[in-house]
Amino acid sequence: MNTQPNPVAEPISVATAPASTLPTRPFYWSVRRELSENRFVYLAPLGVAAVFLLGFLITTIHLPGKMHDVWIGVHRTDLVATPYDIMAGLMMLTTMVVNVFYCADALYGERRDRSILFWKSLPVSDRTTVLAKATIPLVIVPLVAWATTIALQWIMLMLNSAVLLASGMSVSVLWTQSFFRMSLLLLYHLFTAHTLWPAPVYCWLLLVSGWARRATLLWAALPVIAIGGLEAIVFHSWHFAALVGTRLIGAAPEIDLRSPDTLPTNPMTHMTPGNFLSTPGLWIGLAFCGICLAAAVRLRRYQGPI
Amino acid sequence: MTVIEARGLRKAFGTNVAVDGIDLRVEEGRILGLIGPNGAGKSTAINAILGLTSYQGELRVLGRDPWSERDELMRDVCFIADVAVLPRWMRVSQALDYVAGVHPRFDRAKAEGFLGKTDIRRSSKIQELSKGMVTQLHLALIMAIDAKLLVLDEPTLGLDILYRKQFYDSLLNDYFDRSRTIVVTTHQVEDIEHVLTDLMFINRGRIVLSCSMEELESRYLEVTVRPEQLSEARALKPMHERQILGRSILLFDLKVDHVDRQQLAALSEVRTPSISDLFVAVMGNHTSQLQGVSR
Repeated sequence: MNTQPNPVAEPISVATAPASTLPTRPFYWSVRRELSENRFVYLAPLGVAAVFLLGFLITTIHLPGKMHDVWIGVHRTDLVATPYDIMAGLMMLTTMVVNVFYCADALYGERRDRSILFWKSLPVSDRTTVLAKATIPLVIVPLVAWATTIALQWIMLMLNSAVLLASGMSVSVLWTQSFFRMSLLLLYHLFTAHTLWPAPVYCWLLLVSGWARRATLLWAALPVIAIGGLEAIVFHSWHFAALVGTRLIGAAPEIDLRSPDTLPTNPMTHMTPGNFLSTPGLWIGLAFCGICLAAAVRLRRYQGPI
Repeated sequence: MTVIEARGLRKAFGTNVAVDGIDLRVEEGRILGLIGPNGAGKSTAINAILGLTSYQGELRVLGRDPWSERDELMRDVCFIADVAVLPRWMRVSQALDYVAGVHPRFDRAKAEGFLGKTDIRRSSKIQELSKGMVTQLHLALIMAIDAKLLVLDEPTLGLDILYRKQFYDSLLNDYFDRSRTIVVTTHQVEDIEHVLTDLMFINRGRIVLSCSMEELESRYLEVTVRPEQLSEARALKPMHERQILGRSILLFDLKVDHVDRQQLAALSEVRTPSISDLFVAVMGNHTSQLQGVSR
């Protein structure tokens, strides 16, 4: 249509307000949006930690009695160390569950509640949005799990020490390892075995969440079941199912789950950085992640509310 | 400055053609009403303008291609796509924080000022607000953005008349300053009757009428005639005729029907038709034309 500029219009004010904000700003706020929308990302680990601490308090009261019963130092170490391992393991399991549920809803929830129309009305690109969403399982959740584990283990150490000291026993058994070194090892383990290794699973879930119109987890699982089932029928083998399984639980392929040394407190036994980085599977997985995320960005351009 | 320019804009979903070759040109400082029946292609055209859907043909919004440059375009374009698309889990304060965080042209103090005139509390979650309040909040957020183009797709659907009136009042008084451009679609035509500067009717993916409000006033006339004058009035070939309380109301297009204002004034009192009456007349004619063609 031809509409003449309004004759009484004021001189055109060239609104060249300097739109000079840092390019990382939309990304930062997109991550914050994810955290306020999905508070379970940090509440779930904290909740698990709180429950665990309660259980720990109850057993700690009985610790001096147990320590008296056991004479050999090695067993004493086990007795003391076991709750710490269980705690770390529990936190890793929480990480996995949180990530699976987060990713399955990440690009689906905003379409279901129609809020995608609001998000798209703001100058935030689809790439920024998808990357911010991927940051949650790949950076935020492992960091939260790490911080929670470290804080909780510190509290546990203090409680243990206090109880042992109060009953006149030595705390040397508790302080056999550097806490700082253990913290760094745990961080390394969380980011390798529980983040980079299972990353393809999370990125796949993100992609499916941007595509599915309902039942995201089902759609994500169907191809896995189909390929695994086909392989089982045709070749009578379970390699694909095993592959996905090890990815999901965060075990690198060379780790033998039956070995007693696979506990999280000993990550270096199998997953030295050299070992881990030279695994072709890692790089194939990361390439798959890249493809999934690129597809998710493209998909989000086309998607509106469901 | 041309804000929106489309040539041969087309969008089909499978075999269903939603927008069928639209030519459109909207200049700065206009308030354009895009009116059409359900499924006419309004929302599809709007979505193309906002970069929410791909399209065929040429389309530039503020000189950009909306489909490939949506995020850059959204620095200068705001839209309310529908009522209640604000994320329900968000608190009002979080919504302010977020928009302030991602939008370089958002004036938070301004938004707080608009919200101060409402009963909306900063600590409320959006899901706790009434539909009218959600729209007030959305409008407060949008009006605090120094944008060049504002697109409103059924912004007041499902709101009561008080909220609707307030919505357009604040839009005109607190936002529109003639350097901005507004495109609005709605079924509640009477609400925007006195807001618009331009009018466009769209049906089955095509533009069936496009004029400024001044043009509308000089071009279309409505005259109410008593039964004894009816045959005389009909001789002037009105574009549309309807009956109310035993009287006939005839609508004339002075440009096409070759009558002038004096001829009609001689019959009875003439007035400018309301947008909804004009809409019914134009749509009725267009539909029967289409049926004629298909026969």
